[in-house]
Amino acid sequence: MAYQSYVLVCGGTACCSGGGDRIVEEFKRQLKEQNLDETVQVVATGCLGFCEQGPIVKILPQGTFYVQVKAEDVKEIIAEHLVKGRVVQRLCYDPEQAKKLVAEANIPFYQKQYRIVLRNCGVIDPEKIEDYIARDGYKAIEKVLFEMTPEQVVDEMLKSGLRGRGGAGFPTGMKWKFAQQQPKGQKYMVCNADEGDPGAYMDRSTLEGDPHSVLEAMIIAGYAIGATKGFIYIRAEYPLAIHRLQVAIKQATELGLLGKDILGSGFDFEIELRFGAGAFVCGEETALLQSIEGLRGMPRPRPPFPAVKGLWGRPTVINNIETLANIPVIINKGAEWFSKIGTATTKGTKVFALTGKVNNSGLIEVPMGTTLREIIFDIGGGIRGGHQFKAAQTGGPSGGIIPPQFLDTPIDYESLAKIGSIMGSGGLIVMDETDCVVDIAKFYLDFTVDESCGKCAPCRIGGRKLLNYLNKIAEGRGTEQDIVDMQQICDAMNKASLCGLGQTASNPVRSTLRYFMDEYLEHIKDKKCRSGKCSKLVAYKIDPAKCKGCTMCARKCPAGAITGTVKQLHVIDRAKCVKCGACEATCKFGAISHG
Amino acid sequence: MSEKLETMTPELKAFIEEWKAKPGNLIMVLHQVQQTYGYIPRNIALEISELLSVPLAKIYGVVTFYNFFKLQKAGKYIVQVCLGTACYLRGGDDIIKEFEKQLGVGVNATTPDGLFSVEAVRCLGCCGLAPVAVVNGEVHGKLDKGMVAGIIEKYRKLG
Repeated sequence: MAYQSYVLVCGGTACCSGGGDRIVEEFKRQLKEQNLDETVQVVATGCLGFCEQGPIVKILPQGTFYVQVKAEDVKEIIAEHLVKGRVVQRLCYDPEQAKKLVAEANIPFYQKQYRIVLRNCGVIDPEKIEDYIARDGYKAIEKVLFEMTPEQVVDEMLKSGLRGRGGAGFPTGMKWKFAQQQPKGQKYMVCNADEGDPGAYMDRSTLEGDPHSVLEAMIIAGYAIGATKGFIYIRAEYPLAIHRLQVAIKQATELGLLGKDILGSGFDFEIELRFGAGAFVCGEETALLQSIEGLRGMPRPRPPFPAVKGLWGRPTVINNIETLANIPVIINKGAEWFSKIGTATTKGTKVFALTGKVNNSGLIEVPMGTTLREIIFDIGGGIRGGHQFKAAQTGGPSGGIIPPQFLDTPIDYESLAKIGSIMGSGGLIVMDETDCVVDIAKFYLDFTVDESCGKCAPCRIGGRKLLNYLNKIAEGRGTEQDIVDMQQICDAMNKASLCGLGQTASNPVRSTLRYFMDEYLEHIKDKKCRSGKCSKLVAYKIDPAKCKGCTMCARKCPAGAITGTVKQLHVIDRAKCVKCGACEATCKFGAISHG
Repeated sequence: MSEKLETMTPELKAFIEEWKAKPGNLIMVLHQVQQTYGYIPRNIALEISELLSVPLAKIYGVVTFYNFFKLQKAGKYIVQVCLGTACYLRGGDDIIKEFEKQLGVGVNATTPDGLFSVEAVRCLGCCGLAPVAVVNGEVHGKLDKGMVAGIIEKYRKLG
């Protein structure tokens, strides 16, 4: 008997943690009890993207979109929606408490999105290969293996204009061509799933929601370059993605889509998983190869590029997850179709993990050329808590900060580079006026200093020096000469570091110096941090007009810095104050403030 | 040194056998060791050195390079506080300080009763729930300082 309705429950990490897995169990149990399990199918899908409002439940065919669902709500959804056909209004997305938006298509979060990479995320059950096949899955392999020569496949990739989504934007077709042109023999196809940027989870969501698309693309790449062996290098911190990949590899092998003589074409390809172990530098391709070889993940100079000399000295192509997920679609729909999406230099779409001080954080996919304003204000719903937009950060620790005057820049590799940031792998972090640029630069430098492998001096020493200067400035000990010195170090690191990590590690400092010099100078000259983030520069004061002399603050102060007697004005001794903020939090009259 | 000696489990032995011939197996084997014991015990590292014919120095070189591998046994409950960018901006720093204060131990240290370890991790990938902490795989999202005591109490009761 055919199913009449489908209940799609988001099974991404964020929703699962929010109780999504319990919701799936509840639906299955209650539907069975009511003998509805033959007419309603429950599917745990990949990430639906709208993580802010999770856990999310979508009912098909109506497309009704329920947000922040709890296991206790399941009973009502079954009784009202699935049995009586009435929408449960209280669970619908309702941003202004005014109009009820029922279907996904009506939610602003989804309206400007265009899904190629995430085409199957939230639509199929990622642990069922049949679901993937039903959505044109593994069709591209058939086309490639039986209708195209390896040269034609590479040509198609070149024509599509697809560029690497790992950050640098190197044309994928070129990479394949280099490897293809190497003499025959053992070659390798490697998938980089070592997503290490803090605040980025695009690749994990793709793997969790649609693992087969990555496998299919790897087979296509293998065929194009002449490799019979593929490795997926994935973070050990992503257990759910690892599990889904293992399931997918097993299913594909059982159906003859992986392994010896794929679909009877005579082409062999096998895929093995290799786990990362928490080293950010392993996202750099030469370091990644070292790690697969079981060594310390330290980069080596290029050339020779991996396409010539890679894994165990053999020609190797390394592509990132998002790049790969595009490939089956390009093969199916054609390079011409793909090259019509995007801007003049950058084709296709980009997936972003939109996070930070934005109302709707989540996973989004937009055509290249979309502006930051559209992403942050239309899709992201603007800044939380009525605050002001201060800056957006792209590219993680290797990227830069984008100030408000560039909100209308259409996003592509070139335009972002021009304003001092990079596309990066897709972390997009929004900041408001309560964030301090010195603090942010410090946060990223702290990360890169921690993650520098230590092989080359510019990165190892330069990063540490920059961090020392930033700490000095944040503590109010900075001088104007420090800024001159920092700029020099930034240039040296950028020019002389061995790998991408070191070359770009200074970007957060450079871009904040470029756009927020006044804030640096405020820290240095006025010893002031306008956001109050740099705690050493914060000064607490008591407003004499509001202080009632209740003594609460003096009793709370751990440093004994507040003096005053009952019903008398209290005073803070700034020399003794440790800036813990306990007094401000405890004052019932709002008499204590900081700035 | 009075370090506890661990014994090699049959599962681990079988795993090493399976991977022995594959090139670049060291990291995968170390993952299995850590999954078995929760850390990389010295005597097991020695045994692996012999089984795989890899010098002990090279094994330690790899173990100390990667953040994921640990040389000390962690507490029963591992509190991982996310300090990815999104969590940091939404106050992850305050959350980790609160855990340290309430448990009386610093980052990467274990409480004297062996119950809790505190770790700072970089992005758990559920930025929508920021700030986030994970205790033995269970995610606690949208935290504020006031919720820390309750989380500790919950696991302390479980013992």
